[in-house]
Amino acid sequence: MSTAPVILEMRSITKTFPGVRALDEVSLTVHAGEIHAICGENGAGKSTLMKVLSGVYPHGTYEGQVVYEGAEVRFHDIRASEAAGIVIIHQELALIPELSIVENIFLGNEVRGPFGIDWETARARAVELMARVGLDASPDDQIKNIGVGKQQLVEIARALAKDVRLLILDEPTSALNEDDSAHLLDLLRGLRAKGLTCIMISHKLNEITDVADAITIIRDGRSVETLSSGGGQVSEDRIIQGMVGRALESRFPERHPSIGETFFEVRDWTVEHPQVPGRLVCKGSSFHVRRGEIVGFAGIMGAGRTELARSLFGRTYGRYLRGQILKDGTPIEAHTVQQAIDHGIAYVPEDRKALGLNLLDSIEDTVVAAALEKVAERGVIDGTRVHQAAERYRRSLNVKTPSVRVGVSKLSGGNQQKVLLGKWMFTEPDLLILDEPTRGIDVGAKYEIYGLIHRLADAGKGVVVISSELPELLGLCDRIYTLFEGSITGDVDHDDATQENLMRLMTGASSVMSN
Amino acid sequence: MKSLGQIFSGGARQFGMVFALLALVLAFQVWTGGKVLTSTNMQNIINGNSYVLILAIGMVLVIIAGHIDLSVGSVAAVTGIIVALAIRDWGFPWWAGILLGLGVGAVIGAWQGFLVAYVGIPGFITTLAGMMLFRGANQAIGQSNTIPVPDEIQYLGAGYLPEWGPGTGLNNSTLLLGVVAIAALVWRESRRRASERRLGAEPVPMWAVVTRVAILSLVIVGLTYVFGSGRVGTSFPVAGVILLVLALVYAFVSNRTITGRHVYAVGGNRAAAALSGVNIKRTNFFVMLNMSVLASLAGIVFIGRSTASGPFDGTNWELDAIAAVFIGGAAVSGGVGTVVGSIIGGLVMAVLNNGLQLMGVGSDSTQMIKGLVLLAAVAFDVYNKTQGRPSIIGLLLQNRRRQTLLEGGTADPAVPDAPAPEPATRS
Repeated sequence: MSTAPVILEMRSITKTFPGVRALDEVSLTVHAGEIHAICGENGAGKSTLMKVLSGVYPHGTYEGQVVYEGAEVRFHDIRASEAAGIVIIHQELALIPELSIVENIFLGNEVRGPFGIDWETARARAVELMARVGLDASPDDQIKNIGVGKQQLVEIARALAKDVRLLILDEPTSALNEDDSAHLLDLLRGLRAKGLTCIMISHKLNEITDVADAITIIRDGRSVETLSSGGGQVSEDRIIQGMVGRALESRFPERHPSIGETFFEVRDWTVEHPQVPGRLVCKGSSFHVRRGEIVGFAGIMGAGRTELARSLFGRTYGRYLRGQILKDGTPIEAHTVQQAIDHGIAYVPEDRKALGLNLLDSIEDTVVAAALEKVAERGVIDGTRVHQAAERYRRSLNVKTPSVRVGVSKLSGGNQQKVLLGKWMFTEPDLLILDEPTRGIDVGAKYEIYGLIHRLADAGKGVVVISSELPELLGLCDRIYTLFEGSITGDVDHDDATQENLMRLMTGASSVMSN
Repeated sequence: MKSLGQIFSGGARQFGMVFALLALVLAFQVWTGGKVLTSTNMQNIINGNSYVLILAIGMVLVIIAGHIDLSVGSVAAVTGIIVALAIRDWGFPWWAGILLGLGVGAVIGAWQGFLVAYVGIPGFITTLAGMMLFRGANQAIGQSNTIPVPDEIQYLGAGYLPEWGPGTGLNNSTLLLGVVAIAALVWRESRRRASERRLGAEPVPMWAVVTRVAILSLVIVGLTYVFGSGRVGTSFPVAGVILLVLALVYAFVSNRTITGRHVYAVGGNRAAAALSGVNIKRTNFFVMLNMSVLASLAGIVFIGRSTASGPFDGTNWELDAIAAVFIGGAAVSGGVGTVVGSIIGGLVMAVLNNGLQLMGVGSDSTQMIKGLVLLAAVAFDVYNKTQGRPSIIGLLLQNRRRQTLLEGGTADPAVPDAPAPEPATRS
């Protein structure tokens, strides 16, 4: 155990959102001058904890104590935490693409002179900071013209400009290639040698075992354990065990699958990132779905699950390079959403509010929105048919609302999700791709959604479920594909699937196929 | 509260807004000592504003889809000069001149629609450029001259419905229009009740419906009398008839057709619309094209009223149309707005203009008052939105886009008889 003084102690932090207890008595102790990794599944509460620490959730909105450098602190906003030397670098970089490196480094922290901003001093300091982080560029380069690896270094330089003493990095290498990642980790080691304390959230277990001095594991909003790791003493398996080590609760309806023939097949699906030419988000993916089968897609954030689904659904993501979609053995064309719908494909997006619903619409308008021609005669919509369709789904999906003419914005998350499912069921698809179908909804509604998914499969449809919650996939799916960095790395039958082997395949750890 | 709500609810969604407009008219009637509700003045209000109201119909669709069109005044002007020249100098008969004018609008609309929808230039920029481009075109084609137009065109912009048949003391065309309007109102109301019964919703009580129909009928009777009893040779203006027809057609298109629903979908949530199979580009193209066609129609009506096409026709029309749409309850962020609301919004501005003028208020003060009214209407909307309540205009309109429970009946006993459910329904 480190003998260095404790720089940060978070004691019994509890943070609740309406209906959800995101953090439950979480404790975290960080020693000065160490790199402290925080591990946990998506949604375990890692980011929430960091938002408490950095003042995004101000003092008073959570319970518990934060003790920093020997005294209790009560941050009311990010400025307060930054003034205390705590700087957070988010996964999505907060840089302005049109501004230069020097402008970005001092954004919000400008060097003042007697006549406005003192750009000469700022430039001189920027050059010095850039040297410290090993950033080889001109301070006048625009952010949009440098690679994402260098952008990450600009973020760190910016933190250093604020006299950071505790640096928090949220998934710092998730967007970086191997060289840039290695460089970044070296930089962190160098900064540690100079006394900087780091908290690092990461999914990449090999990096954690490589660089971290201590590892705190969070699971379901609770801190499970803290492992001390003086350079590779903790194995990846040990971390995975901590991350997933929980018994499967019986929160899934019983299922008796009757699985038919393969009817949907994707071959060699390859898609390029929409903005970054050459970066592949789907690397020759091939998979198939059988009638009546529930197929899971497992992967950490950024593995390319949503990208794969959306590129299949009318090419609504990325740039298609090659690949084939076959339905019942025949190649189909699904270049537009309408074509995909016509071929019986439905995609229910993960972000209900941003991508799924028009929040200005009523329930009945939402249900028919993707299949207006089914309630219209020569382009004229029949209000009665709209109402009847909506009523049908309200009953069969058990949407809790006094009327289908209520706006969808007034429904709870679970009921919104049901309406969204109804919208896509109304298109009478053969294959439904459900992207995080239970995100942000409570346990009761989850159970109902699982039941619905079973009913869809029992009706002979193929269902693809994308989920970041492994227990959900294990409880729901007949077969699970794992994705890692745009490639399908595994195809695991329900009976062979364990959280451990899935996690191994998802993190690109030495992959040993179980069957 | 409940009974008032029942009168306002459902089919007569625009009733509340109509009520506000009526209040304004009556207030000015009192302040001006009876100068507003005269035949000549009412005919002037319709004739003098019909072209802006025609623009508002197109503009509301553009704004619902999340764009803006600044070029409408210039498009109207360039159409006007082409129609006037075509008839006077190029040997076109008057009807061919009109078709040519609408064709000009379609070509301009296709051009701007292409730039907005397919090239991706924001509507603001495309039409700001169009505003200069087509203003210049008007002056280049007409060499900054004023070109007169023939009687047939003047009839469109300043004519009145003809007189025929027995002497009833009123203009018979206007009388017929009034009777048809009341019949249509009753028919619509009964159809609505029938469909409610079919769907099993608890119908609004009979007395509420009767009151609603009675009040609206009374308004129509009053208007019929005012328009029909003017000096000899006048009646309900032809431009008003054009406006009425357009309003009915576009209210139908926006509410009841797939095309109309797609416009709302694109403005309400573009990403969700795209993932629902809506062809975003085609929808954007349609609204821009449609706007320019309506702008040329407005231009033709206007040269009819002013008997000639001039180099400064249509100046600032875009701003009047946009103001009408926002007073009528549309949202700057798109997705919200109604055709009828926009027309009423335009009429509010028109009546303000007219009433203040009759009161002898100078144009300087009139402009300031109009500016404040626009600001107040939208500020109310914004404030209510941030408070999580429906906007006042939305509430008054009770339109399809902001449903309340009243229409669906109170099937769930857990929901009180409030006009709108405040808390989210939890599962």
